[in-house]
Amino acid sequence: MTQPLSSLYQDILLDHYRRPRNSGVIERPDAHSEARNPLCGDRVELTLTFDSDGRVNDARFTGEGCSIAKASASMLTEAVRGQTREEMRAMREQVLLLLSGEGGADAEESAEALGDVRALAGVARYPARVKCARMAWDALMQAVM
Amino acid sequence: MTALAPRSHFPLLARHPGLHYLDSAATAQKPQQVLQALIEYYEQHNANPHRGAYALSVASTECYHDARVRVARFIGMQDADCAIFTRGTTESLNLLASAWGRANVRAGDNVVVTAMEHHANFVPWQQLALATGAEFRIAELTPDGQVDRESFRSMLNERTRVVAFAHVSNALGTINPVQELVACVRAASPHAIVVCDGAQAVPHLPVNFDSLGVDAYAFSGHKLGAPMGIGVLAATRALLDATPPWQTGGDMIEFVGDDRTTWNVLPHKFEAGTPNVADAVGLAAACDYLDGLSGDAVREHELQLTLHASELLNSIPGVTVLGPPPHERTGVASFVIDGVHPHDIATVLDGSNVCIRAGHHCAQPLMRRLNQHATARASFWVYNTEEDVAALVSGVHGAIRLLGGIGAPAGAQQYDGVAGAD
Repeated sequence: MTQPLSSLYQDILLDHYRRPRNSGVIERPDAHSEARNPLCGDRVELTLTFDSDGRVNDARFTGEGCSIAKASASMLTEAVRGQTREEMRAMREQVLLLLSGEGGADAEESAEALGDVRALAGVARYPARVKCARMAWDALMQAVM
Repeated sequence: MTALAPRSHFPLLARHPGLHYLDSAATAQKPQQVLQALIEYYEQHNANPHRGAYALSVASTECYHDARVRVARFIGMQDADCAIFTRGTTESLNLLASAWGRANVRAGDNVVVTAMEHHANFVPWQQLALATGAEFRIAELTPDGQVDRESFRSMLNERTRVVAFAHVSNALGTINPVQELVACVRAASPHAIVVCDGAQAVPHLPVNFDSLGVDAYAFSGHKLGAPMGIGVLAATRALLDATPPWQTGGDMIEFVGDDRTTWNVLPHKFEAGTPNVADAVGLAAACDYLDGLSGDAVREHELQLTLHASELLNSIPGVTVLGPPPHERTGVASFVIDGVHPHDIATVLDGSNVCIRAGHHCAQPLMRRLNQHATARASFWVYNTEEDVAALVSGVHGAIRLLGGIGAPAGAQQYDGVAGAD
């Protein structure tokens, strides 16, 4: 209630919300998953393809959700490109740490490598919205398990 | 327009003068006299009722009995023993669906609800139908969110055993014509019981159980200023006599033999275990508080706020207030903004200390029919004023400035277009 809204709605996040990257569904995906938030009914669907080295070739998302859910999914589809399953699992751990707000300076420093995804750090101060940001990453976890 | 009840009557609001609490349909703030009644009970009368043969236990028993009588009177019920205390509306409805439903509904029967039900008055009946092999029927709605009478009547026949509908829709505020719907049921379905979810009605409208003509009426205390965890199942004696016990244990028995047990009289038959005396006392205090304001005055106050809010919101480009016209709703304005998700609306409003609800409101069947994924809902009660409405409207402008006006970009089309896909 007290922090300025701009800490949540950072420019990078708003940019992904207004111009979502990689929206849609891959017709013949190598991995496919869906996550829902039962509290609000939001949903995200992820489709991925991998190249012969086991690295993500293409990632797309669709679903219903708020600006945070949508921007998070959009950022995810960019961030996972070229990543192996192992790397994506590690990346998700980093994102969860960022969203928990408990990682401190270390988490923020290691998040440098996450690119735009760093903009989700502001969500940590809005506990009611953490689930929105997490949803795409939960779907990713299912997809690469 | 000033508040019908001053903020000073509500300690939480008095403590947060800048707070615009517009989520009373979710839970209401508590009057001082309710909190005082709780403290008084625990400080002066606390003992296990119905058990001890000592004066303090008798005093507690009297507090509990007196609370039931006051609550029954508040909802226009002569036979107070047929007002069963529960944890709330959800438990009241589950009690009926489980205990009466499993004993009385058979394969080939049908169970009817409407498409506007809260999940608490939808899922128990859906599950009852699944468990018994009965047919589950959903009466459809008009485009503005009222029960479609034709669809409703077409659901009813001789094999209808339950008709369950809300007195007031929690998501839209639609006030249903209970007596008219009851008349339809009685004409077509002689073996049906009518179950009414009154959770969103009792805090906002004068309710008279005896003249509504329903067989059962459920409501929660916390939406009318009482503590969380207390509610009522009001029902006719005939229905409660036809309902086997739901939970068994202490207090609800007459005699326990080694092989069999007989049941205590109403209301105890449905109140196993140590009852929630303090919260029942709190509920009675909340009923007294509302009586002091008068139900008609509450209705009029909410109507003025709802008219005002609906007019202002509807005048903002891109904003749509859902549901029937304000006169046919309680103090609820459920709205959507083109291109702005209700979560974002709620977060932006929270930034200006305006509390609203955003989401599917535990009414996903309704959301599908409205072709909305979620809505933002502002709800009014006795302590709200035009200032709260002004803060709401100003926050909605803020949300549009921050997040609106993006038309429908590629990703948003999917986001907008698949409500109801499942």
